[in-house]
Amino acid sequence: MPRILTGNRLETGDVLWWNGADWSTRIKDAVAIGDEGAALLVTLIAAERINDPVLIDVTGEPGAYVPTTTRERVRASGPSVRADLARGSLSVEAI
Amino acid sequence: MYKYDQYDQAIVDARVREFKDQVGRRLRNEITEDQFKPLRLMNGLYLQLHAYMLRVAIPYGTLSGTQMRMLAHIARKYDRDYGHFTTRQNIQYNWIKLEQFSDLLDDLSKVEMHAFQTSGNCIRNISSDQFAGAAADEVADPRPYAELLRQWSTLHPEFSFLPRKFKIAVIASDTDRAAIQLHDIGLQLYRNAAGDLGFRVFVGGGMGRTPIIGKIIREWIPVSQFLSYSEAILRVYNRYGRRDNIYKARIKILVTELGIDAFRDQVEAEWALLEPLGLDAPQAEYDRIIAQFAEPDYDLSAPDTLDLSDPDFKLWVDQNVHVHKQPGYAIATISLKPKAGIPGDASSAQMDVIADLAEKYAHDEIRVTHSQNLVLAHVRKADLYAVWQALDAVDLATPNLDLVTDIIVCPGMDYCTLANARSIPIAQKIAAKFENDVAEQRDLGELKIKISGCINGCGHHHAGHIGILGVDKKGEEAYQLLLGGSGAEDASLAKILGPGFDENGIIAAVDKLIAFYKTARAAPEERFLDTYRRLGAAPFKEAVYG
Amino acid sequence: MDNSRHVASGDEQDQQAVAGAPSPALNDAPAKLRLRDDAPFESPIAPLADFLAGGNFAAVRIEPGEDVRNLVSHLDRLKLIEIAFPKFRDGRGYSSARILREAGFTGEIRAVGDVLVDQIGFMRRVGFDSFAPDAPLDPAVVHATFGRYDHVYMKAADGKAPVWQLRHG
Repeated sequence: MPRILTGNRLETGDVLWWNGADWSTRIKDAVAIGDEGAALLVTLIAAERINDPVLIDVTGEPGAYVPTTTRERVRASGPSVRADLARGSLSVEAI
Repeated sequence: MYKYDQYDQAIVDARVREFKDQVGRRLRNEITEDQFKPLRLMNGLYLQLHAYMLRVAIPYGTLSGTQMRMLAHIARKYDRDYGHFTTRQNIQYNWIKLEQFSDLLDDLSKVEMHAFQTSGNCIRNISSDQFAGAAADEVADPRPYAELLRQWSTLHPEFSFLPRKFKIAVIASDTDRAAIQLHDIGLQLYRNAAGDLGFRVFVGGGMGRTPIIGKIIREWIPVSQFLSYSEAILRVYNRYGRRDNIYKARIKILVTELGIDAFRDQVEAEWALLEPLGLDAPQAEYDRIIAQFAEPDYDLSAPDTLDLSDPDFKLWVDQNVHVHKQPGYAIATISLKPKAGIPGDASSAQMDVIADLAEKYAHDEIRVTHSQNLVLAHVRKADLYAVWQALDAVDLATPNLDLVTDIIVCPGMDYCTLANARSIPIAQKIAAKFENDVAEQRDLGELKIKISGCINGCGHHHAGHIGILGVDKKGEEAYQLLLGGSGAEDASLAKILGPGFDENGIIAAVDKLIAFYKTARAAPEERFLDTYRRLGAAPFKEAVYG
Repeated sequence: MDNSRHVASGDEQDQQAVAGAPSPALNDAPAKLRLRDDAPFESPIAPLADFLAGGNFAAVRIEPGEDVRNLVSHLDRLKLIEIAFPKFRDGRGYSSARILREAGFTGEIRAVGDVLVDQIGFMRRVGFDSFAPDAPLDPAVVHATFGRYDHVYMKAADGKAPVWQLRHG
C-alpha cells in the first residue's frame, strides 16, 4: 500500500502533504514515499518547522490518493459536517 | 459582572507579552516544539486536525455584550466566521494560525478576555451555574467566589505543572446546574444554622477513562478560608498525584487509591500548616468583588404577566424560559441546537445579534451553559416577545431546551486529533428524526443525550441519560451506548448497555430505546432517566439487542 | 485504547508520564544562575537517604518523589538544598521548595536538571534562588522573565504582595 507524508505547518497549522520537493496544502499533490521516508522524517522532526510529520497509508493512484483512515480523510477534506469549508482536493463525500 | 482593575489588566497584558515572546522564540527555533507545547497549551492553543484550535476562557460562563461582539470579531478576523461553545462554558475557534495569535490575544485583552489556562496541566476555567444571580433557589450569587478562585489560580507558581488538568465548579443551590460532583473540586455554597456562608467541598469527581462521583471532603468551610483550603487540596495533589501513567493522573485516582478518609487527613494536615500563612484574601476583597455582582437595576414596575397568544412564542416560553427570582423578569435560554445545525456553534452574525439583545434587554449579560447553549439571565417578561422574535430571525429560537434534540456533543473526529469517531453527524442524525415534531419532543420530555468522540469525554457522555462514546474498532468508527447518567444533584454515571454499534446501528439503537421508553414509562411525565432507574437496564437491553 | 496509533504528539495535548525519569547527575559545581549575595556554598551534596542516615552534610539533594518535610528538623544544619527536575513537566519540586520556605529555611534552594527559562519566574516565586539547568539559559530571556510581572494574584514564598493587599492595604 502506498504511503504519503503529511504534517502541519508550524506557523499556520495548515495541513500539508509532501509533493516530493516541497509541501502542498492539497492531497492531490502528494507523492508516494519509499525507503527514504524514515530519513526524511528524522530530518523534518529535527528541523522543528513541521508539526507531527508522519507517513500514512493511502489507496488509489498518484494524483488521487485517498487515505485509508477516516481521520486522515477528514484532515484532507475538512469537517464532514461543513461541506462549505471543504478543501477542493478531497470531497466531503469521500470521508 | 466583574470588571478588571489596573492590576487585573496589568497581569493580562504581561501574560500576553510573555506569550508573544515565547511564540517569537518558537518561530525562530530558539525553543523546541516539545518545550513550547506546554507553554502554548497554557495559553489555550491546541494543534487539531485542520489547524490550531483556540479555547478562549469565559470565566464562570459570564460575558458582556461587548465581549460577545469581540468574540464575533475574532471569528471573522482570525477564523471562519463561527465559534463553538463548550461544556465548560468556554468558546473554541477551529482555524487559528499561530503567526496571528499575538494580534488575537491583543484584541481579547482589550475587552478583558484571554485564553490562559484553558489547557495544560494547570487549574482550568472555574465554572458555575448559568442561572447565577437570577435563580430563585440560590443562597447567594456563587460567581464572586468563582472570581476569587480565578484570581487565586491564575499563574499560580506552585500549581502550573500538575500531574494533569484540574477543574473546579461552584454553585449556590441544592439544584446542581454545574455538575459539581463530576469535577476535581466541587463547591456548594450554603448557610449554616448560624446563617454564615460557607462551602460543602466535594473532591475527586470526574468523567473520562475512569468516571467517578466526587466525595465530600469537608462538610463546611467558611467562605473566608476556602482559598487556603483549596490550596491544601492542590498541594496534596501536586505532591502525590500519580505521574507514572497519564490515564491515572487525575485527583480522582489519588482520592480513590488513598480512600477519602486518608486523603482528607492529608489535606487537613496540610491546611493546618497553610491556614496561618495569610493566604486567604481579606473580607475587603470579598466585599469588593461581591459588589460587582450586585443585582441589576431591576425595573420594579415590570409587569409579571405574559401574553402567550402567539403559539410559537408560547412553545418557546414553555420550554426555554425559566422563572426568575425577581417578579416581572425571566431567564431565557438561547438554543444553539437548531434544525440541521451543529450543536454549540454560533456564527459571528448570530453572536452580534445576541450581543445587541443582551445590551438592550438583558442588563448586558450573557451566560454560557454546560449544555452548549446560551442564557440571557435578566429579561423583563414584557420584553420576551421582542427577544424571541429577534432570536427567531437568526435561527436561535429553537424551543428544545433539555429535549431530545438538545444534544450535547464534542467536536469529535471532524475537528479533534484525539477522537476515535465523528460525533457531530451522530447528533445530527438523531436530532433529524425529531426536529420537525416539537409535540413529539415535548411528549418525550427531558432526555439528555450526550456524545463524546473519545474516552476523554468532553461531551460528558457519562452524565447522559443516553450517552454515546465513539471508539475505534479495527480502524473503523464505532459507538458504545450507555444509559442512566446524570450530572445534576442526583449524580450518577451512565453504564454501557451492551455491545457497540456502527453509525447506522447506534442511530437505530437510540430509536429503539426511545420507542421502548414510550411503552414502559409509568406516566407521560416520567422522564426517560427515571424509567431507566425504576426498571433497570435489563428491559432496555432487551429492547435494543432483542 | 491508547492513542499511540495517532501521530506522535498525542496533543491531549502533551501528556507524558514523567515519574521514573532518570535524575540529573549530582554535580557539586555552583549553579549557573544564582540570585543570592552570599558566597556560593561548595561542598558535597548528599542524596537524602545519606543525609538522613546521619552523614555530616550541609547540602542535600531532593528527588521529586522524596518528602522534603524529612528535612524540616534539620534546616539549621543545611546551607543548600537542591531540588531535582528530571523532566520539566514534573512539578513536584515547586511544592518542595515552597514547603521549605514556609518551614523557615533561608539557605540556598537550587533547581537542577530540566529547568527551562520559561519556568524560572514560577520557580523564584516558590522560593528557588539558584538554578543549575541542563541546557544553558539565554541571559536576555532570563532578564525579561524575571521582570515580566509587576503584579501577582496570590501569595507564594517570595514575599511579593498579592494584588488584594495592594487594593486594600
